[in-house]
Amino acid sequence: MRLIVPLQGVVQGRGGLILGSLIPCALFYFLQFYLKRHRSPNPPSPSASSSNLAGLPRTSSRSTLSSRGSLGPVRISARGSSIAKPDDSPYYIGWNKFRDDPYDKINNPNGIIQLGLAENTLCLDLIEKWVSENLSDSIMGRDGDDLSISGITTYQPFDGMMELKVAMAGFMSQVLGQAVSFDPSQIVLTAGATPAVEILCFCLADHGNALLVPSPYYPGFDRDIRFRTGVELIPVHCRSTDNFAFSITALDQAFNQARKRGVKVRGILICNPANPVGNIIPRETLYELLDFAREKNIHVISDEIYGGSIFGNEEFVSMAEILEAEEVDKDRVHIIYGLSKDLSLPGFRTGVIYSYNESVLAAAKKLTRFCSISAPTQRLLISMLSDTKFIQEYLETNKRRIKKLYDSFVAGLKQLGIRCSESSAGLYCWADMSGLIPSYSEKGELELWDKLLNIAKINVTPGSACHCIEPGWFRCCFTSLTHEDIPLVIERIQKVAETCK
Amino acid sequence: MAIEIEQPSVSVGLSKVAVSETHGEDSPYFAGWKAYDENPYEESTNPSGVIQMGLAENQVSFDLLEEYLEQQPEASTWGKGAPGFRENALFQDYHGLKSFRQAMASFMEQIRGGRAKFDLNRIVVTAGATAANELLTFILADPGDALLVPTPYYPGFDRDLRWRTGIKIVPIHCDSSNNFQITPQALEAAYKEAESKDVRVRGVLITNPSNPLGATIQRSVLEELLDFATRKNIHLVSDEIYSGSAFSSSEFVSIAEILEARQYKDSERVHIVYSLSKDLGLPGFRVGTIYSYNDKVVTTARRMSSFTLISSQTQYLLASMLSNKKFTENYIKTNRERLQKRYQMIIEGLRSAGIECLKGNAGLFCWMNLSPLLEEQTREGELALWDSMLHEVKLNISPGSSCHCSEPGFVLNSPCSFNFHAAGMIVVVTVLVHI
Repeated sequence: MRLIVPLQGVVQGRGGLILGSLIPCALFYFLQFYLKRHRSPNPPSPSASSSNLAGLPRTSSRSTLSSRGSLGPVRISARGSSIAKPDDSPYYIGWNKFRDDPYDKINNPNGIIQLGLAENTLCLDLIEKWVSENLSDSIMGRDGDDLSISGITTYQPFDGMMELKVAMAGFMSQVLGQAVSFDPSQIVLTAGATPAVEILCFCLADHGNALLVPSPYYPGFDRDIRFRTGVELIPVHCRSTDNFAFSITALDQAFNQARKRGVKVRGILICNPANPVGNIIPRETLYELLDFAREKNIHVISDEIYGGSIFGNEEFVSMAEILEAEEVDKDRVHIIYGLSKDLSLPGFRTGVIYSYNESVLAAAKKLTRFCSISAPTQRLLISMLSDTKFIQEYLETNKRRIKKLYDSFVAGLKQLGIRCSESSAGLYCWADMSGLIPSYSEKGELELWDKLLNIAKINVTPGSACHCIEPGWFRCCFTSLTHEDIPLVIERIQKVAETCK
Repeated sequence: MAIEIEQPSVSVGLSKVAVSETHGEDSPYFAGWKAYDENPYEESTNPSGVIQMGLAENQVSFDLLEEYLEQQPEASTWGKGAPGFRENALFQDYHGLKSFRQAMASFMEQIRGGRAKFDLNRIVVTAGATAANELLTFILADPGDALLVPTPYYPGFDRDLRWRTGIKIVPIHCDSSNNFQITPQALEAAYKEAESKDVRVRGVLITNPSNPLGATIQRSVLEELLDFATRKNIHLVSDEIYSGSAFSSSEFVSIAEILEARQYKDSERVHIVYSLSKDLGLPGFRVGTIYSYNDKVVTTARRMSSFTLISSQTQYLLASMLSNKKFTENYIKTNRERLQKRYQMIIEGLRSAGIECLKGNAGLFCWMNLSPLLEEQTREGELALWDSMLHEVKLNISPGSSCHCSEPGFVLNSPCSFNFHAAGMIVVVTVLVHI
């Protein structure tokens, strides 16, 4: 603790030596002592700072001088406080409302229709069939003639059973139409893509560093990445005139601006196919991105979780394909994958980190002790993913059904004069409702969102929750709807649209 | 198919977390495991391999689980025609399956002989107690803060509590003079030690029953701990992962019982961690829970549990299993009996070899005093003995120093992961005698 000694008292002369110096000194020391006790070890991230104050009871700061923290309720950490505050993002508010009043065709026909969760129920019938035919064998396993659960109750490698890694590598390859082969030894399995992204951030960046993220982006990243790692996300804004494709120029600008602020950028996080827009990053852009990353010596995280949900005609090129073809330095590239979207199994919690960097793999493996996949589920998935015939049928059927629903939904919106961006993938469409918002601003957008949620009773995600710089865009997830639901959704939007004209 | 990775001359940097040693895997605790992984003992095919006694894994009651699953196939399937599968496959709500939380709450009540009540809405699900402990730490403490932990403690805490959270562990020193019980003096001393280093203490974390001691914490000590935490206005985390492995239900007192007796006064600082890895022998399932009496902690923990959810399939299976009262009652009772028997067997065997253990009444291990065998009564002496145990005798046990025990010579021995029979036991004992 540095001690700053005020000089005035000494200068004031004899009588003042005690009163003039000791008492100010003593008070000064108390002040520094008090400040030292209350300075948090790390500067809170911008989003947390205001909530820190909101979360602390007012009495405790005063009382701490005399008896450290013994008055007032026991406090949780700054990290905890920022998470504890009520959700203020429309993304989560919409979910909460939906949970309280969910649409059900028979029991609650006036309930809220969920278009804010990228969930795919279109092919669950195929999975149900597979499960009823194969389940008990797949979990219980056969030890000769007897069913046995041995092998799944004991401690497993935290980063996943090797058989599942092998099956997953095969699945990921099938998803890409065998364009690439994946090495199981470069796979780290996690309980969902959510911890996979967080683990990568812990491995690639320190507290206070940043990642560049082309926006609009998946609202969940704000929480998943910033919660505990202290890593900042810097949006790199994309425009509708480019169909929301990102440019290297924009990345470069953002990188330099961050540097001026004294913030170290450690990597770029892309989602390909993109969420919420649904576009696919062209091969050329991927090459340019790698060049940029090499020039700045930073990482590239490619979240390819929608790789199997492609319904358009554009070619999807995985980062893995680029790396297999080229002898570029692979140490900086890491791919995220999972089964929540392409295989509709979000409940089973299955995520993948695929990296070419030995050190990252080593560190990530150790971190999976906090987020391993449950063993019976691993067994089930080994069985399911190895059934390549079933997987082939599933992937093809899934694409067909998504496309059909997409075409129908987008056509419905078109009838209302609502245009959607060009997209070839994902479980959602990206709709331009700027014609309906009262003012061309975030405020106007949120007013429309509120109407859609509370009057039309549909939960869609406003672009501002995705950090979109142009107001009026909304993400509408349609893959948990049936064809019969679509006219109902369009009708409800129409009612609100009419009040906006 | 291996992929050659060219190492560039200027490598792209990694984070401090990635390169830190806090994962702790260079300690003897983990070195022993590696040695076992590379050369595991197997009765018929590899009798000279390393015997694993450094992993607290419960295999004594495995047959009961197998029997249950065979008789109740609906639990693990979703029944013929698979109704309910759809909801299950889509269920990723961080609140956790209600039926599972209900079953978990009632299981925890059963273990405590009905002496404490658990509210299913205070249960947060996590993928294992490892995740639960880390998650709680993230919530209760900021980087640079400290948790007080009584020694000796589970070696994994060094990693689980500190690695990504950035907190410190300040030990509460306990010694053999009073069977390693926590004293008020030791508590105050630890707190003062933290203060002197300008470190803010956010809570005390105890394991009850204790790992590695294999003994339950006495009621009076729990009362003191709660009073201490209240006086200092800090949290109290009670890791009760071995509560179902106390040899007799009446000897285990949970912090929940203390709180109920006090009508939940000051309870918002108390949090309990539980898991099915030890009591139910299901570490592979990755099932842990946080039970908190603090609403804000429950809300925050729930949100943070997105990083560590339990597969809905597993929740579904366990909801069924744990709400089957007949099964759970029988399991808890039988498990306790078998653990006690196994414990007795090894204690007697060790005694006949001249080795004394701490009098234990819980857990899957015993705390042996091997100080008479040390060449010098120091940490180095203990590690030398551990080393020869591992490499010459081929026995993986954990030295007390890896548990931060301040007295050399105490060693953690987990006999319940080993498929013992009498002959095997004799081998172990004669081998120990010959050191």
